[in-house]
Amino acid sequence: MTILTYPFKNLPTASKWALRFSIRPLSCSSQLRAAPVETGFHHVGQAGLELLTSNDLPASASQSAVQTKTKKTLAKPNIRNVVVVDGVRTPFLLSGTSYKDLMPHDLARAALTGLLHRTSVPKEVVDYIIFGTVIQEVKTSNVAREAALGAGFSDKTPAHTVTMACISANQAMTTGVGLIASGQCDVIVAGGVELMSDVPIRHSRKMRKLMLDLNKAKSMGQRLSLISKFRFNFLAPELPAVSEFSTSETMGHSADRLAAAFAVSRLEQDEYALRSHSLAKKAQDEGLLSDVVPFKVPGKDTVTKDNGIRPSSLEQMAKLKPAFIKPYGTVTAANSSFLTDGASAMLIMAEEKALAMGYKPKAYLRDFMYVSQDPKDQLLLGPTYATPKVLEKAGLTMNDIDAFEFHEAFSGQILANFKAMDSDWFAENYMGRKTKVGLPPLEKFNNWGGSLSLGHPFGATGCRLVMAAANRLRKEGGQYGLVAACAAGGQGHAMIVEAYPK
Amino acid sequence: MVACRAIGILSRFSAFRILRSRGYICRNFTGSSALLTRTHINYGVKGDVAVVRINSPNSKVNTLSKELHSEFSEVMNEIWASDQIRSAVLISSKPGCFIAGADINMLAACKTLQEVTQLSQEAQRIVEKLEKSTKPIVAAINGSCLGGGLEVAISCQYRIATKDRKTVLGTPEVLLGALPGAGGTQRLPKMVGVPAALDMMLTGRSIRADRAKKMGLVDQLVEPLGPGLKPPEERTIEYLEEVAITFAKGLADKKISPKRDKGLVEKLTAYAMTIPFVRQQVYKKVEEKVRKQTKGLYPAPLKIIDVVKTGIEQGSDAGYLCESQKFGELVMTKESKALMGLYHGQVLCKKNKFGAPQKDVKHLAILGAGLMGAGIAQVSVDKGLKTILKDATLTALDRGQQQVFKGLNDKVKKKALTSFERDSIFSNLTGQLDYQGFEKADMVIEAVFEDLSLKHRVLKEVEAVIPDHCIFASNTSALPISEIAAVSKRPEKVIGMHYFSPVDKMQLLEIITTEKTSKDTSASAVAVGLKQGKVIIVVKEGVDPKKLDSLTTSFGFPVGAATLVDEVGVDVAKHVAEDLGKVFGERFGGGNPELLTQMVSKGFLGRKSGKGFYIYQEGVKRKDLNSDMDSILASLKLPPKSEVSSDEDIQFRLVTRFVNEAVMCLQEGILATPAEGDIGAVFGLGFPPCLGGPFRFVDLYGAQKIVDRLKKYEAAYGKQFTPCQLLADHANSPNKKFYQ
Repeated sequence: MTILTYPFKNLPTASKWALRFSIRPLSCSSQLRAAPVETGFHHVGQAGLELLTSNDLPASASQSAVQTKTKKTLAKPNIRNVVVVDGVRTPFLLSGTSYKDLMPHDLARAALTGLLHRTSVPKEVVDYIIFGTVIQEVKTSNVAREAALGAGFSDKTPAHTVTMACISANQAMTTGVGLIASGQCDVIVAGGVELMSDVPIRHSRKMRKLMLDLNKAKSMGQRLSLISKFRFNFLAPELPAVSEFSTSETMGHSADRLAAAFAVSRLEQDEYALRSHSLAKKAQDEGLLSDVVPFKVPGKDTVTKDNGIRPSSLEQMAKLKPAFIKPYGTVTAANSSFLTDGASAMLIMAEEKALAMGYKPKAYLRDFMYVSQDPKDQLLLGPTYATPKVLEKAGLTMNDIDAFEFHEAFSGQILANFKAMDSDWFAENYMGRKTKVGLPPLEKFNNWGGSLSLGHPFGATGCRLVMAAANRLRKEGGQYGLVAACAAGGQGHAMIVEAYPK
Repeated sequence: MVACRAIGILSRFSAFRILRSRGYICRNFTGSSALLTRTHINYGVKGDVAVVRINSPNSKVNTLSKELHSEFSEVMNEIWASDQIRSAVLISSKPGCFIAGADINMLAACKTLQEVTQLSQEAQRIVEKLEKSTKPIVAAINGSCLGGGLEVAISCQYRIATKDRKTVLGTPEVLLGALPGAGGTQRLPKMVGVPAALDMMLTGRSIRADRAKKMGLVDQLVEPLGPGLKPPEERTIEYLEEVAITFAKGLADKKISPKRDKGLVEKLTAYAMTIPFVRQQVYKKVEEKVRKQTKGLYPAPLKIIDVVKTGIEQGSDAGYLCESQKFGELVMTKESKALMGLYHGQVLCKKNKFGAPQKDVKHLAILGAGLMGAGIAQVSVDKGLKTILKDATLTALDRGQQQVFKGLNDKVKKKALTSFERDSIFSNLTGQLDYQGFEKADMVIEAVFEDLSLKHRVLKEVEAVIPDHCIFASNTSALPISEIAAVSKRPEKVIGMHYFSPVDKMQLLEIITTEKTSKDTSASAVAVGLKQGKVIIVVKEGVDPKKLDSLTTSFGFPVGAATLVDEVGVDVAKHVAEDLGKVFGERFGGGNPELLTQMVSKGFLGRKSGKGFYIYQEGVKRKDLNSDMDSILASLKLPPKSEVSSDEDIQFRLVTRFVNEAVMCLQEGILATPAEGDIGAVFGLGFPPCLGGPFRFVDLYGAQKIVDRLKKYEAAYGKQFTPCQLLADHANSPNKKFYQ
């Protein structure tokens, strides 16, 4: 609030702001900027206005009854506004189904072409492309570039790939936000992709070493002596790690322990999973999942919708055996997110650029926050840590949020986060807070399903969360959405999404 | 094959492994109001499951005392009598301890063999009732489950343990010269097979929960939990209880079978053990091995084999009877008393008698990356101390850093650490050639070459860069601390911290204070030592610097003098020998310094140069004698004196001289208590644990006999064998004892 109130208290110096605002667009002297400069100025005025109203609110709320429902905006005086023009995703499929013969860049390309189709953005306008992915296909380690080239983007548009476990797409988006806010770029495509149907299975280190040495061997004698070192156990393959590197614990196992630590029962977990599937089914049936674009899979039929949504019954779910801590654990296949193939992509722009190009953006991307904590015992508590921090940074409270979109890795994880957020003891002892974070109201929480039901392609989920929040705000008429996710490595992410005024 | 396995297991057995376990802590029982309400045990009923919680008052651990026994029987009888209750869970309310074993004081209080035997028989009866219980009992184990605690657990129908580092199972009785006296010798072989059971009972080793699961010692594991709505330890116990209750219900409903599927190897082993011939071979091999390793000095291992054999060959009844009798016999032996005394001493030396230091040491700097320096670094970084390792040359520093890394990596290979933990521990270490960062150091330990002028130089260099509160500790084994401190600007901050090589294996740390050393400095040094996991004795350096630890070079019992000299470096040993010769005169006469001088001149510097008394090669464990040494040794050989050179005499020459020196240290106030002297001698200098340490030995063997021996050797060899005054006093009045 201090920054916001500053110009208000010192009205005579308000001109300084105008000065600062005008400096930025002017300093970008490239021809491309010529057009936006004007709108830039236009926008300054708008931002200034918004600033005034926002500051007006707390000061006048008590005295005047003029304000009705309009809340303040989170625009920051010296930072460019970043908007989401639109975002799409391929249908998320259970791994091993229709996408099983594809490569990751094929899926990513589908998302990119879908985005081009949806937004009709001229390809040459895109300054930069960033994709997130987790399990990397070694042939296309910069999958962003391979997909972009294949999707027909300009070969003059650079692309890079980021990885941050389940928040890789979030990282792709926020990298884009940073590039735009700092004035480096105006138009960014951010997305993510994961293809769990195929993962790189390697030769063992010993075998690899032998093969590499063989490459270097010059004479037949050297080769033979190397070959003589071969042992059958060299052929044992090496699978990509499913467990946390630092703790050697699989995520499901950690989730089970986390649920136990917070005394989350099996029934609670099953009920939550059922809720997720039911809501997803409803959203799918009502056509609310508008970010999904159909994908004609080569050699197969066109895929039009997510195939992991399967509302079951509590009785059916109760029959399943625990998947990780056997025989008495509580995390089962039914209350965990499943291995998923899918890709997502989003068009992010500087607000003035979007307006200049005639777009009607869907949402602003506002404050975001990355957190990290103990990867063993607090692996999946990222949302609990990130939520209060990002709210405080934005000057909002839990009550201001109209749409919560949390990544659902496991029912147990979501419920453990709820219990942690609702606990004064936890807040005091582990978060250094005096009071609890507070519980997100369930009626505003993941109303269109979540990762448990829609699926969770590691690298692509972040964009889905943001688009779900943005679309929900538009549909339900709210102003602020909160996106939060946990990730391997004990990391977490949260971001405020603000609806673009209609 | 079974025999092979048994032997394989036993090859790890070592008679010198002593008292590493944390169990057996003497409990201060205040039993005034124990009659009306139960103080050790309470129980509640959840559904149809009784949850029996053990929580001995005023103690960190639960021990099986008489009070606990009687309360336990009472509670169990109520449970068996109740119609509501169909099963039970046995759990401890203390984090980190299920039951740590029998109450040592209860055993020590027994005057006769019959009393001890009776105790054993009572315990046998209680656990037998548990075993025969018609209502299934689940032992929920979190923390140490040792000795009697394990015997209780294995008589239950089912065992669930937390997979925590603190959860260890074992039968450490042998380390106290006794045997598992509550049916353990009979039940354990049936549960895990004879070879594994013998291994456990003969080595007293502690077994971690995951290993115990593989062996069939526990049926289920429960992962420890992280923070939730309660502190992790508290919630973990609660969770363990919840899981145990579901299993107890399952057992009562016969939905879960307490029988375990055995692996193929286990089945084969079990089958082989049904053949009498194979069994006899196993007993024979194990006995041979034990005889060889204990050299007949420890009676307990042989009796354990005996009791196990009796149980298998003649049936359980004979086995239980034999167990209780042998238990009584063993507890009454000198060896057992010596070992229990050592145990008490060890507990004493794990406390900081100087109280808490004003400032915690968080940043440590070590000068010299040699064997000692790097060893000290290793035991510091893995306790979370930020440690700087400094040396003068990159080669020396590299070697030192590699030593620390290897020490940690070996633990990874043994699965005691993960590679990630290794890396994060290793990141606490900074290797450097300059004094950068010393301004943050809370303590500097120097382990540079044993040369006074060099030590003076580094002391001055260091004092120029360290903050005011920083302590300067010297890891010297030969030079008087007061002389090193002579050039210090603040001698009150100078102290001796003498580690023993190899630092990560030897438990002892000897802290040497001078007249000027401040109390807070001592407190800090002890605190650091305790953090490093050391057993600490504090000795005072007198005006005449005679030091107990100087004996190391003359009496390297555990590794042998030749190996020790090789390990520390022949040049170092030569240096030490020369210094000691100068200072001690005749009291340290006897060896020939010429030997070491010649070795140094030939470049035989010990392990570091690849050659010493032995030849060292990377990756080769076997040590060959260095044949080039023969000529040197031959040229210096002294003619032996036949009248005092029998095998027994050679042993006694070593022991009595050692004892004499130790008593002299006490007499001159260098040692504060006999207990510290005993701990120092056993843990640092390899004095045989079965003798309990020099002071205990005098008490048990008789001062008069020792003085007689010493006089005989004095006649043959001279003054170094003259009995000291305090020893003579003890000889003259037989009622005088070091331990009353």
